[in-house]
Amino acid sequence: MPLPPLNDRMITGEQSYATIDQSISSMIIDQKRHTRPWWIMFCFGIMGTGLLGVAITWLVYQGVGIWGNNVPTAWAFDIVNFVWWIGIGHAGTLISAVLLLLRQPWRNSINRFSEAMTIFAVMCAGMFPLLHTGRPWVAIYWLFPYPNIMGLWPQFRSPLMWDVFAVSTYFTVSLLFWYMGLVPDFATLRDQSKNRYTRVLLAVACLGWRGSNQHWHRYEQAYLILAGLSTPLVLSVHSIVSFDFASSIVPGWNVTVFPPYFVAGAVFAGFAMVLTFAIPIRKLYKLEDLITDRHIDWMAKITLATGLIVSYGYTLEMFYAWYSGNPHEWDMTYLRRLTGPYSWAYWSLIICNVVAPQAFWIPWCRRNLVVVMIVCQFVSMGMWLERFVIIPMSLTANYLPSANRMYYPTVWDFAMFAGTIGFFITLMFLFIRFMPVINIFEVKDLLYKMLGHHDTQVSEAPVEMPEPAVGRSF
Amino acid sequence: MSYGGSTSAGTYALVAEFVSAEQLLAAAEKTSEEGYSVVDAYSPFPVHGLSDALRFHDVKVPWCIICAGLCGSFFGFTLQWYTATIDYPLNVGGKPFNSLPSFFPVTFESTILFSAITALVSMFALNGLPKPYHSIFNTPGFQRASKDRFFLAIEKKDPKYDTEQTKAFLESLGPVAVSEVEA
Repeated sequence: MPLPPLNDRMITGEQSYATIDQSISSMIIDQKRHTRPWWIMFCFGIMGTGLLGVAITWLVYQGVGIWGNNVPTAWAFDIVNFVWWIGIGHAGTLISAVLLLLRQPWRNSINRFSEAMTIFAVMCAGMFPLLHTGRPWVAIYWLFPYPNIMGLWPQFRSPLMWDVFAVSTYFTVSLLFWYMGLVPDFATLRDQSKNRYTRVLLAVACLGWRGSNQHWHRYEQAYLILAGLSTPLVLSVHSIVSFDFASSIVPGWNVTVFPPYFVAGAVFAGFAMVLTFAIPIRKLYKLEDLITDRHIDWMAKITLATGLIVSYGYTLEMFYAWYSGNPHEWDMTYLRRLTGPYSWAYWSLIICNVVAPQAFWIPWCRRNLVVVMIVCQFVSMGMWLERFVIIPMSLTANYLPSANRMYYPTVWDFAMFAGTIGFFITLMFLFIRFMPVINIFEVKDLLYKMLGHHDTQVSEAPVEMPEPAVGRSF
Repeated sequence: MSYGGSTSAGTYALVAEFVSAEQLLAAAEKTSEEGYSVVDAYSPFPVHGLSDALRFHDVKVPWCIICAGLCGSFFGFTLQWYTATIDYPLNVGGKPFNSLPSFFPVTFESTILFSAITALVSMFALNGLPKPYHSIFNTPGFQRASKDRFFLAIEKKDPKYDTEQTKAFLESLGPVAVSEVEA
């Protein structure tokens, strides 16, 4: 049976500027909208955060020996989780910056919380390499160039140093971009808030924004340029992350396809995570008119497209191992990935990342939210496995068979990973409760454009009564 | 039609309130044609074309950003070059001290970092923010400027400003209200 055509509008329902305000800002102003599901998720997140605290405390006290890392597998869960989290963040920047430059106005209703997701994911990511140093409080002079009394400087020829600069710049720029988007929305909330303290707090946060044309003029210039800066930045960040591996000589790492393949993988995992959060939140807070089935459909398509790029990456890795004629490369691929003790990880990865997203070719699957959620979980898991396959697995078998050693994670590896997931959930749900989840002014702008620049049905003639703008339904 | 007036001694501006962005755009265009120059408009979202209608052209922000970007590249590169060749030369795998290709990523990242920070800071600085108090907030009903109303203010500083004439002119534009706002 053919499906009914999708409502192609990017905002649906009876809408005016006031109803948009109502659906978004009431999530902050009317705290009663947060009911039991919010508390359940928040408690879940807090428990994870507690676990993270325990894992970090024990790690700092006891040292990285509590992890399963060994020699030759010096990089294991910590780096896997770092790359996974950083990748998840990338969808946020892609949505907010790249889609802005490509003039895709549908991004306006999903960019805010994907940006929040970026920031929280980078926070989770940053913990791992820092703690991997064992003594992060000493690591400052290893990582940051500052004139110290030892007369030492960091080694800028190393991709690890590039990583420090890329990730810290990425975090800073994402935070600036996010805050800049929030300023006009804070002003909207300030004007609607009834509580005096909230109003003062919001007035401070919005820096006294008054929506003047001169403000908007410079605001749009700066916003567009920031988007233009973030676009190469996001590409550079995951490329540089992949240089950590690609510029080495370890079999399984030394592949030139890594930068584009890592970036595509990042976007792939990121969109899966955006969908994982967007679907329940739009349901819980009745935002279906702003995050429509159309959005879900498009995001699923992007997930499919990036999934295909990632699949191409797997094929090319395989081809490269054979075509390079390097026996170590081929041993890595054949004896370690396709067969051997870790082959379950490789084949699960193929099922999760190559097979599962193919469901998105079918329109029915893209519109069935349960299917979308399931596929997204596969993708998240698959992308984690991909990093597991690349990072520790490649290290377990080196050039000298005498150096080969299996890697087994410990309970603390899992505890810290689960802990960061909890931390991420906590931050996301705090964000949902206390900040505008959808960019209010950009959705109004979208509505204005959708109305064909006829934002009300009032005529040119003077209107006697200050009627609210007339809603139109889509 | 107007909210109660006050003496023009402490007046900041005459402010007209519109219900739609279209009306605001048309009104802004007419205001500029009429010869008013110290005019500003207030809207809940950026209305494209409004700057043109108000004859407001400003490219300071992009210039600040490019200057900062150049400083960033200079800083990033010089930092690496100085530390790697002069202050702490270290032979790593026989690579030259001044390993130019390896210095690109950090140079690039610091370019972006400097530009991005400048984008935010220069935007707020040129807009005169943060500014906790502004006379426009005295406009009756101005809290809707961030919601669904559009305001046009002709400031008293305008050479053509004349309480009666300007008020009559604004009322001819079809606003829902015109008010004289105290400074």
